[in-house]
Amino acid sequence: MSNIPADLKYTKSHEWVRTLADGGVEIGISDHAQHALGDLVFVEVPEVGRTLKAGEACAVVESVKAASDVYAPLAGEVSAANEALAAAPESVNKDPYGAGWLLRLKLAPGALAAAQLLSAAAYRELLEAEGG
Amino acid sequence: MAFIPHTESDVAAMLAAIGAQSIEDLFDEIPPQLRIKSLAGIPEALNEMAVGRLMSERAASDGTLLNFIGAGAYEHHIPAAVWAITTRGEFYSAYTPYQAEASQGTLQLIYEFQSMMTRLTGMQVANASMYDGASASAEAALMAVRANRRSRAARILVPSTLHPHYRRVATATTHNQGLAFEELPYCSAAGTILPDSLARFAGQDLTALIIQQPNFFGRLEEVDALTDWAHAQGALVIAVVNPTALALLKPPGEWGTRGADIAVGEGQPLGVPLSSGGPYFGFMTTRLEHVRQMPGRIVGRTLDVAGKSGFTLTLQAREQHIRRAKATSNICTNQGLLMTAATIYLSLMGPQGLTRTAAASHARTRELIAALTRVPGVRAAFTGAHFHEAVLSLDRPVAPLLRALAARGIAGGLDLAPYYPELGPALLVCATETKTAADIERYRATLAELMTAARAA
Repeated sequence: MSNIPADLKYTKSHEWVRTLADGGVEIGISDHAQHALGDLVFVEVPEVGRTLKAGEACAVVESVKAASDVYAPLAGEVSAANEALAAAPESVNKDPYGAGWLLRLKLAPGALAAAQLLSAAAYRELLEAEGG
Repeated sequence: MAFIPHTESDVAAMLAAIGAQSIEDLFDEIPPQLRIKSLAGIPEALNEMAVGRLMSERAASDGTLLNFIGAGAYEHHIPAAVWAITTRGEFYSAYTPYQAEASQGTLQLIYEFQSMMTRLTGMQVANASMYDGASASAEAALMAVRANRRSRAARILVPSTLHPHYRRVATATTHNQGLAFEELPYCSAAGTILPDSLARFAGQDLTALIIQQPNFFGRLEEVDALTDWAHAQGALVIAVVNPTALALLKPPGEWGTRGADIAVGEGQPLGVPLSSGGPYFGFMTTRLEHVRQMPGRIVGRTLDVAGKSGFTLTLQAREQHIRRAKATSNICTNQGLLMTAATIYLSLMGPQGLTRTAAASHARTRELIAALTRVPGVRAAFTGAHFHEAVLSLDRPVAPLLRALAARGIAGGLDLAPYYPELGPALLVCATETKTAADIERYRATLAELMTAARAA
């Protein structure tokens, strides 16, 4: 069964969201997502300063068998991107909620209220419904 | 692959299995008014003997002109072994076979091709070929937009010294993808990019600069200065190069301080006959940092489970069958047969052979220019270094002269009037290693005679 930390929020497209002390958020892909993709060989993260709409494709995770887009769970401006993944994409497989983070956002006004995020429990139900 | 025909009894058995009376019944869902009974303009069928005779007659009517046209496609000697080997059954396919890894020989050949192209261009990685030089240039523009993440403008500087067909293909291919091409004028004395024309773009958001070397006029651009200028603006550099010329000229990977970012070109000069314009193939190489934005297929060398060396398709996750609409391109290995011929050509010629071919072509062109500019009314349009092509300015319209030359068995060059009307009557001529001193003298004498006769008349 996938690791689903209780303190994070999730999306139906398998991203996770962590609220940071400065009011921004950190974003990555879930343990379920990394497992489904298999060994990652390449991660493309967005440019710092790029403005994202909620639901916009903002990163690419590529494994030996597939390449998938990662969608911004919330609207905001990219404040940091995990450039270390260029040399170590396997971090996403080994530590999806830690060293495998993809990007940080400075949220747009009202972004949090507008976002449709799932609690850990709701995300677990989604995975169970999907047979995961 | 075996050819397995359907016999009449096979067809009858298949129809019986699905309950149809005839093959015609399979199409009965198409309303009769939508079906064409006969095709207008399609003549009656001919038998094989009659078709053979017709084609021989048509081929003969083309004649065998003494050719001095280059303009993107070049007549070079092709050793007989090239196509004898290329057309062997083991190689005779346009594509990478399905279940590619089962065809280790084909994959090894593609790997060798990629290695040769990276060596020629001085770049780090090559793909397994493109459609042709024009489409490779268009793909390079699209790739630059993906690869240059500092640029938002999708704005490409394109010199007017880039092959006019390449410019048209690039515009047509990228028309609906929001790319903006800005044309750079050329210097009317030198026939190269006008350096002053760059100044107005300084400090702007530029995605890439395309540089053709040698350019369409056969002239050599100031590639080092242009490359460094583009990089200083945050733009990538796309080199459009002639593979034969690379045996003599500085490879794109060494242009300026950092080298070009993408190199593309027409592969036809490497063992592919002119053949009335195609099929040809393109090539593309780049720096390792851009490899995931490069279109097309890449063959890699690896070890199998037993630790033995083998070849495999790599980076397939960028391709259309996996990444669907987000694929970098629809290019696979469609021109594989031509790429095969080029690999065999290069392996037979070797570095020395290619260098000699390039040097001989350059020398023949110098002789051609010297000879033709002795004819009154003919002068070189531009001063400065060139490879195996040059523009001549004439004192009268070019088209009637070319028709008269063709009537005497000489393809005298390309009339530039439709492409560069501002040049006045101008003729692009080319000579490769295939032209002898006698060929050049025949052209000179014929041209002199035609121009004198016209003046007297």
